[in-house]
Amino acid sequence: MTKRRTLLKSAAAFAALSMAFPATAQTDAPLSVVASFSILGDMVEQIGGDNVSVTTLVGPDGDAHVYQPTPADARSVSDADVLFVNGLEFEGWLERLAEAASFDGTLVVATTGVEAIAFDDDHDDHDDHGEEHAEGEDHDHEEHAEGEDHDHEEHAEGEDHDHDHEEHAEGEDHDHGEEHAEADGHDDHGEEHAGDDHGHNHGAFDPHAWQSLENAVIYVDNITAALAKADPSNAGTFYQNRAAYVAEIEALGDEVRALMAALPEDRRTIVTSHDAFGYFAEEYDLTFEAPQGLSTESEPSAADVAEMITQIREEGIAAVFVESITDNRLLEQIASETGAAIGGTLYSDALSNDNGPASTYLDMMRHNANTLAGALGS
Amino acid sequence: MIWDLFAAPFAEFGFMRRALLGCVTIAVGATPVGVFLMLRRMSLTGDAMAHAILPGAAVGFLVSGLSLGAMTIGGLIAGMAVALASGFVTRVTALREDASLAAFYLISLALGVLIVSTRGSNVDLMHVLFGTVLALDNAALILLCSIASISVLTLAVIFRPLVLECADPQFLRSVSGLSAITHFTFLMLVVLNLVAGFHALGTLMAVGIMILPAAAARFWSASIGGLLVIAVLVAILSSVIGLLLSYHYSLPSGPAIILVAGIAYGVSVVLGPVGGLIAQALPRAHLES
Repeated sequence: MTKRRTLLKSAAAFAALSMAFPATAQTDAPLSVVASFSILGDMVEQIGGDNVSVTTLVGPDGDAHVYQPTPADARSVSDADVLFVNGLEFEGWLERLAEAASFDGTLVVATTGVEAIAFDDDHDDHDDHGEEHAEGEDHDHEEHAEGEDHDHEEHAEGEDHDHDHEEHAEGEDHDHGEEHAEADGHDDHGEEHAGDDHGHNHGAFDPHAWQSLENAVIYVDNITAALAKADPSNAGTFYQNRAAYVAEIEALGDEVRALMAALPEDRRTIVTSHDAFGYFAEEYDLTFEAPQGLSTESEPSAADVAEMITQIREEGIAAVFVESITDNRLLEQIASETGAAIGGTLYSDALSNDNGPASTYLDMMRHNANTLAGALGS
Repeated sequence: MIWDLFAAPFAEFGFMRRALLGCVTIAVGATPVGVFLMLRRMSLTGDAMAHAILPGAAVGFLVSGLSLGAMTIGGLIAGMAVALASGFVTRVTALREDASLAAFYLISLALGVLIVSTRGSNVDLMHVLFGTVLALDNAALILLCSIASISVLTLAVIFRPLVLECADPQFLRSVSGLSAITHFTFLMLVVLNLVAGFHALGTLMAVGIMILPAAAARFWSASIGGLLVIAVLVAILSSVIGLLLSYHYSLPSGPAIILVAGIAYGVSVVLGPVGGLIAQALPRAHLES
C-alpha cells in the first residue's frame, strides 16, 4: 500500500521533472546515501523514492548497539554522498567508521532538533511540556520544510564530531523557543553532556527518539532537507514525498494515540527487555520498565531483577513484552516467576525482514501499538 | 536482621535460588577440574577453550536457532576437536601442550568469527551464546546438574591415574597404558564443564569459578584432598557472597561473584600457610622446609 503510493508519486514526479529538465533527469545516477540502521533507512527510502539508492548498515533484526562494521560497510560509507545517522550516541562505532573510510560527503544527524530525554530523567517532569511541545511542533516543521536557511543544515555540514552535542543543545533552544528552555532545564543537560566523555555507547540522552511519531516528523524533515540539498534537481519530489509521508505518520499518530488512551489507568506499566521506549512512554503517558537498562550491552544486577519482580507482583502487571533484537531469557525467567504472560514481541531498534510484521517504520509503530493494546486492553 | 541480609533474598525470589543452585552446581563440577588444571600448569586452558568452542556453538545457533541442546552439542564437538587435536600433537610431536593448544584454539576462533560474520543477521552472537547467572531456566539448570554429576563421577573413576599423571607423567606412562586415556578423559571434562558454564552463566563465570578457587586453595593445603575440598568451599562461599552483594548493592552478578573469589585469592596469597607471603617471610626451623 505504502509502497504503491510512493511509486505512483515518484512516477508522477519523474514525469513532471522530465518535462521540466529532460536532460538532467535522464542522465543523473541516483544519489547514493547510507543510513546507519534499518529504521532510518526505511525513512530515507520513503522520502528519496527512486531518486536515491539507500544502503543500510545494520539491517533488519540487527542490533546497532553492538554492531561490528564490515569492509563492505566501509566501502558503502566512503562512496556515499550523504550519511544518515541517528545521533545521540546511538551508533558509537559509526564515527570511527566514517573516519576510517575517509568519508567526505555530508553527515546528517537525524535527531537534530529532537527534544532529547535525559538518561536518568524522571518521566513525570516531561509530561506537562510534552503537550506544549506537540502544539508548537507543527509550526516549526512547516517552516523547516519550506524554509531554506535552517540551522539543521548547517549542522549537518560543518559537523565537528566532538562538539555536535553542544551544538545540539543550542539548536534546541533556538527551535523550541525560550520558555521551553527555561521551563525544563534542558540547558543543564546540554552542558553536562558537553563535559561528558564520548568513549561509551550511550551518552546522557536516550537515543531511541524514533519511538515517538512526533519525533519521526523531525527525522523526516532533517532527511528531506539533506536530500534536497544534496540533489536540488529532485527537491520537488522529495518535498512531495515528505508531505505524503508526514500525512501518513500523523494519521498513524492519531490511531496510536487513540489506542493508548483507551488503556485502563492501572494497566499502563509495561515491562520490556531493554529501555528503548522512553519516547513512546512520554508521548502516550505510559511507564516502561526494563531489567537490562538502556543499552543491550549492560548486565543486570540481582537487585534490578528483584526490584522488577516485586514491582510486577505489587502492581499486578499482567504481561511482559519481549523484543526482537535482545536476549529474552532473563525476561522469560521473570515472567515465569511472577506469572505474568508474555504479551508479544515488540520491535524497538530494528525493523523485521520483509515477511515480518514490522518491515517498515510505520508498520513497526502500528505493530507495537496493536501488540500493547491487545495484551493490556481490557 | 541476619535473616534479611542472608536468607530473605533467596526465600523471596526464585531467580536467586536458581542462581545459587547454578553456582553451587558449577562449583562442585568445575572447581575440582580447575584444581587439576592448576596442578598440570594448564590454568590458562579455560580461557583458550572459551574461544575454541565458538565455531561449534555458532553452527548450532545457525542450524537451529537459540536452542540449548544444539549450541551445547556444537560447542562440545568444537571444544573436543581442539582438545584432541592439541593433545595428539603434544603427545606425538616435540611441540609442548601450551603451544599446540594455542595454535588450535586460534584456528578455531578464527573459524568461529568467520561463521558468525558470514551470517546476515547482526545480533551479537557472543551475547546470545553466553548466558547470565540471573536467567537460569529449567533446561539450563538440568544441563548444569547433569554435567556436574558426570564430572564428579568421572573424576572419581580416573582419580588415581590422574593424580599420578599430574605428579609424574613419565612414571605413569612407563607402568601403564592408562596415561593417554586419562589425559583425554580429563580434557573432555574440561570442555564439558566450560561449555555448560558458558551457556548457563557466561564466559567470565565459567572460567572464573573453575580457576580462581583452585588458585586460592593452593595456599591452604598441600594435599590433593585438601585442595579439592577447600577449592569447592571457596567457590560456593564466593557465589553466595557475590550474589548477596549483587542483590544488596545492585552490582552485576557475574563480576560480583568472580571478584569475591578474586578477593579470596588475594587474601590467600598473603595469609595462606602453605607458601603464602607471610608464611614465607616468617623464620622457620632449618630442617622443616
